[in-house]
Amino acid sequence: MEKKKNKEMKNKKENKKSGSTVNFATVKRLLKYAVGIYKFQFVIVIISIIVSAVANVMGIQFLKTLIDEYIMPLIGKENPDFSPLFKAVLGMGAMYLIGITATYIYNRLMINISQGVLRKIRAEMFNHMQTLPIKYFDTHAHGEIMSTYTNDVDALREMLSQSIPQVFSAVITMASILISMITTNIYLTGIVLGMVALMIFIAKYLGGNSSKYFVNQQEDIGKVNGYIEEMIEGQKVVKVFNYEDKSKEKFDKINDALCDSSTNANMYANILMPCIMNIGNLGYVFVAIIGGMLSVNNILTVGSIAAFLQYIKAFTNPVGQVSQEMNYVIMALAGAERIFALIDEEQEQDEGYVTLVNAKMEKGKLVEADERTGLWAWKHPHHDGRITYKKLCGHVEFENVDFGYTENKIVLHDITLEAKEGQKVSFVGATGAGKTTITNLINRFYDIQDGKIRYDGINIKKIKKEDLRKSLGMVLQDTSLFTGTIKDNIRYANLNASDEEVENAAKLANADHFIKNLPNGYDTVISGGGEGLSQGQRQLLSIARAALYNPPVLILDEATSSIDTRTEQIVQKGMDSLMKGRTVFVIAHRLSTIRNSDLIMVLDHGRILERGNHEELMAKKGMYYALYTGAIEID
Amino acid sequence: MIKKLSKYIKEYKKASILTPIFVILEVVMEVIIPLLMSKIIDIGIPNSDIKYILEIGILLTLSAIMSLAFGMLSGRFAAKASSGFAKNLRQAMFYKIQDYSFENIDKFSTSSLITRLTTDVTNVQMAYMMIIRILIRGPVMLIASLLMAFGIDARLSCIFLVSIPILGIALFFIATKAYPNFEKVFKKYDNLNRVVQENVGAIRVVKAYANEEHEKEKFKQVNNEVYKDFKTAQKIVAFNSPIMQFVVYFSVLIISWIGAKYIIGGSLQTGQLSSLITYAWQILTSLMMLSMVFVVIIMSKASAQRILEVLDEEPTIKNKKNTVKKVKDGSIIFKNVSFAYSDEKDPNKYALKDINLEIKSGETIGIIGGTGSSKSTLVQLIPRLYDVTKGTVKVGGIDVKDYDIEVLRDSVSMVLQKNILFSGTIAENLRWGNQNADEEELIEACKLAQADSFIQEFPEKYDTKIEQGGTNVSGGQRQRICIARALLKKPKILILDDSTSAVDTKTDSYIRKAFREKIPNTTKIIIAQRVTSVEDADKIIVLDEGKIDGIGTSEELLKTNKIYREVYNSQMKGGSVEEDGKEEK
Repeated sequence: MEKKKNKEMKNKKENKKSGSTVNFATVKRLLKYAVGIYKFQFVIVIISIIVSAVANVMGIQFLKTLIDEYIMPLIGKENPDFSPLFKAVLGMGAMYLIGITATYIYNRLMINISQGVLRKIRAEMFNHMQTLPIKYFDTHAHGEIMSTYTNDVDALREMLSQSIPQVFSAVITMASILISMITTNIYLTGIVLGMVALMIFIAKYLGGNSSKYFVNQQEDIGKVNGYIEEMIEGQKVVKVFNYEDKSKEKFDKINDALCDSSTNANMYANILMPCIMNIGNLGYVFVAIIGGMLSVNNILTVGSIAAFLQYIKAFTNPVGQVSQEMNYVIMALAGAERIFALIDEEQEQDEGYVTLVNAKMEKGKLVEADERTGLWAWKHPHHDGRITYKKLCGHVEFENVDFGYTENKIVLHDITLEAKEGQKVSFVGATGAGKTTITNLINRFYDIQDGKIRYDGINIKKIKKEDLRKSLGMVLQDTSLFTGTIKDNIRYANLNASDEEVENAAKLANADHFIKNLPNGYDTVISGGGEGLSQGQRQLLSIARAALYNPPVLILDEATSSIDTRTEQIVQKGMDSLMKGRTVFVIAHRLSTIRNSDLIMVLDHGRILERGNHEELMAKKGMYYALYTGAIEID
Repeated sequence: MIKKLSKYIKEYKKASILTPIFVILEVVMEVIIPLLMSKIIDIGIPNSDIKYILEIGILLTLSAIMSLAFGMLSGRFAAKASSGFAKNLRQAMFYKIQDYSFENIDKFSTSSLITRLTTDVTNVQMAYMMIIRILIRGPVMLIASLLMAFGIDARLSCIFLVSIPILGIALFFIATKAYPNFEKVFKKYDNLNRVVQENVGAIRVVKAYANEEHEKEKFKQVNNEVYKDFKTAQKIVAFNSPIMQFVVYFSVLIISWIGAKYIIGGSLQTGQLSSLITYAWQILTSLMMLSMVFVVIIMSKASAQRILEVLDEEPTIKNKKNTVKKVKDGSIIFKNVSFAYSDEKDPNKYALKDINLEIKSGETIGIIGGTGSSKSTLVQLIPRLYDVTKGTVKVGGIDVKDYDIEVLRDSVSMVLQKNILFSGTIAENLRWGNQNADEEELIEACKLAQADSFIQEFPEKYDTKIEQGGTNVSGGQRQRICIARALLKKPKILILDDSTSAVDTKTDSYIRKAFREKIPNTTKIIIAQRVTSVEDADKIIVLDEGKIDGIGTSEELLKTNKIYREVYNSQMKGGSVEEDGKEEK
């Protein structure tokens, strides 16, 4: 038993270790982005890097050639002919110019590639995020999601624009020097290769450690990010509870952890270079001694030893560079893995194929229309290729629906109900009875475990989510506003709405009055989630949004809870006209607002306890009756 | 700027000073090592003098070991110093933000503060490490190599007097041109973050309105802007390496050409020429290093600026010098209080206009009024979340501005309209009210707030984890937990800002009953929409458009106040009394 546990622990450790090395699947995927969009530019970059590196290596050899072939023959001559020498210098100058141009080209093109790849990745992340189920946002800290967009993408930028070209260029340099070494002396090359093996071994050890901590560092930054977000968003609560010190204390803990991982990461990264360089120096000594012995025995010429020693020096540098850059590569890859995790996150399942289309009546038959007709229909393609149209009415049925946020904890049991076209259905019950949950099932924010929900007789699983949601208006408890003008915020419901339509919707919701009193009226810019507006004003905006949306089915989840009753009365008039001819689901605590419902559901612990209209329920003298009349007994 | 930032090095000063010292020692070794190496090539190898090679080899080995040791030490201290510096910066910023008033926070926006604390600090950290390592290493290397070069041949070395300034000017020019562009990029980054943040926060609305495409379009735009501006900035910096190479390569060529003539003329040795070129490389690579550091510094300069903005921001609400440390009782006085959120000049547009109020300790006060009548604004002045524009607010007979803010807020407990729970367990959230509260106290407060019963139903009870934003409890449950949290503070004044709106009527009345019986000496201020929530208060204040429209008991107001009567009738007629709907089971 104990042993097994140990083994498991060991396995875990190993897994963790493998996480800190290069994951080639990620590299491949990244490269695909780069090559995919910029195939041509990518080829040019590779060629340019090779040219640039070769020019550099040629520069190293140039001096030897210059001295041996051009200067030595001229020494001691009466009238030395400088022209071959001049030609050589000129030739090298031309070579250098080509190298410099190549350097500029690859630097410049890498900007295109790296920024283009980043833009594509960011867009893919965001676009994919839009398809994720609500559950994803419930279970991931918002700050950490944001950190992926900033910190992880930044790390990727460093890698793409700096590390990759440098590593590639260093590898080319190493290769060309290695060739020169082999041609000079194969045995000494063996010594050098041994030295390189040692370098790689050390680089792997130090680099492994350092990248492990770099990965930790990125994770810790994500944590800091999440914590700050939460604390700033909750700043009012922090102040009210004098929680500043406590929140500082907790921050210090996370901050210290980040400092630790960052120190370790950078330390291992920093000592890598001196280690590599000095191994190079030792290798130099070693080769010098061996070479010296060999030359005494006339096995090697003095010239080739001297050249060889130069090569060692030139070789050590790029090895150091590569190992240094590997840190950033690994750190960026860890970020890339988080990015890909987001991109790979399972989408909201949408197997729906029934869509919502504009329709018109032609010879008593419903047909699809191209223009906006005000009449909508469900377009239902069948297996046999037939397409049928069904008028959008707003008829919603629940049949034995079970639901739980997690599979083993069911919060709604066996819900069966029917809301006919134009009916008002209300949910009453204690907090936590499952009222909001039911409404979240209609628009498929969450998917049910068992049972069926039908919309106009169509199983909602068959309806495309987007189209389903287009047919449902929702006014939520918390109004989310976006940075922009008031007008834009209302228009969020229908992006093509004219100013007039927006104002009419606001008037319907009775929001017009307060909006006109704002400094710039409808053009007042709200930012930071609309901090300047009261909760009630925000709800009015939310109702105006729904009014503009103009859906056949409306869900009002405590839509007026923060509006005072006087205003509510006025809003109610608008709401009544808004509700006319629509199927409406209402959740409200003020029983007066739901009294006229066609159907009232009394919920308790996720079950329907009672159902009926007001009169029926009152006659029943059950829980509804108690709720409705109980007040008198208490006071 | 540097002076201001360097304040935050603090305990990492030692490491910050040791780093350059070891860097210098390392450089010294690095200059010595090639000298020893050239001795092996120039003397040892041509003479096949194994003994000499061994001697120098041992010296070289020792130097390498020393260089390694210095290198490791400098690397270690540099990491420590820069990470520590970053830590201190983050800490200072976070502490400062905690002291911000809402006015301050509104100025920055959450997303921008987050970028400043993470990305910007990381940039500065990298820059700092480069400064203490490479910014020292570069010039030392440069000077050492320059000295060596002049020692070998002063005539040829004059080339450096031309090439170094050329390079310097070019780099400076690039730097100054790139800086404003990077600044622009960071602003665009803020926008990008904002779009992501709002999207994540409002995802339900986005989905409910099936506006995913619109959001994508919005993101596409900011994404494109970042792309475009980043490219513009980087394009300028892309000239760095080619210009460096240009200067290095051509200096080498000129030295070779002239040097060759000197050699042929007999005034220079071949060995000297190759050493000279080695040093030319060293001089110019050290400049190359410097230019790389410059890029990082340029990029971090914008970041440093943004960090300083946070640190320099003065909190608009802070303690006076001599503060009152005790709140006597829960009495409240508003005297001629007016309030405006911004620099509104027009008194007619003030959020609160000339409010006069007197509340005795222990009273229960109800506040009723229309949306936008500034009910929340009024009560937020009591714990000094905002400062009055005109007039005074007194608690316990003393101006709130004279209290130590912490003392004042300890005595005034407020349950906000927007209830926020933090990630952590329910118990942890409750302990915000009182860190030392034991289990019993927690349960007691929750019983008062009618939260105990549903918490006990959770499988993990008080240890149930709350997700960020409290999405896994319902609105009403969240409100009750928040009320319990406020009660744990045992305040002298308890303010409920419409904080039972999502609680069902039955529970609501239980809560008020518990207040009456269990905390009779606490001043209770209840803002509500439901008349029944305030009906039994000692005094009801009717607010309308920032002014007091009437004060009195429910009975009095029914007679004298039109607004109250309207509200009362609207709720009581029809199903009306339902509000307190309640039943003993």
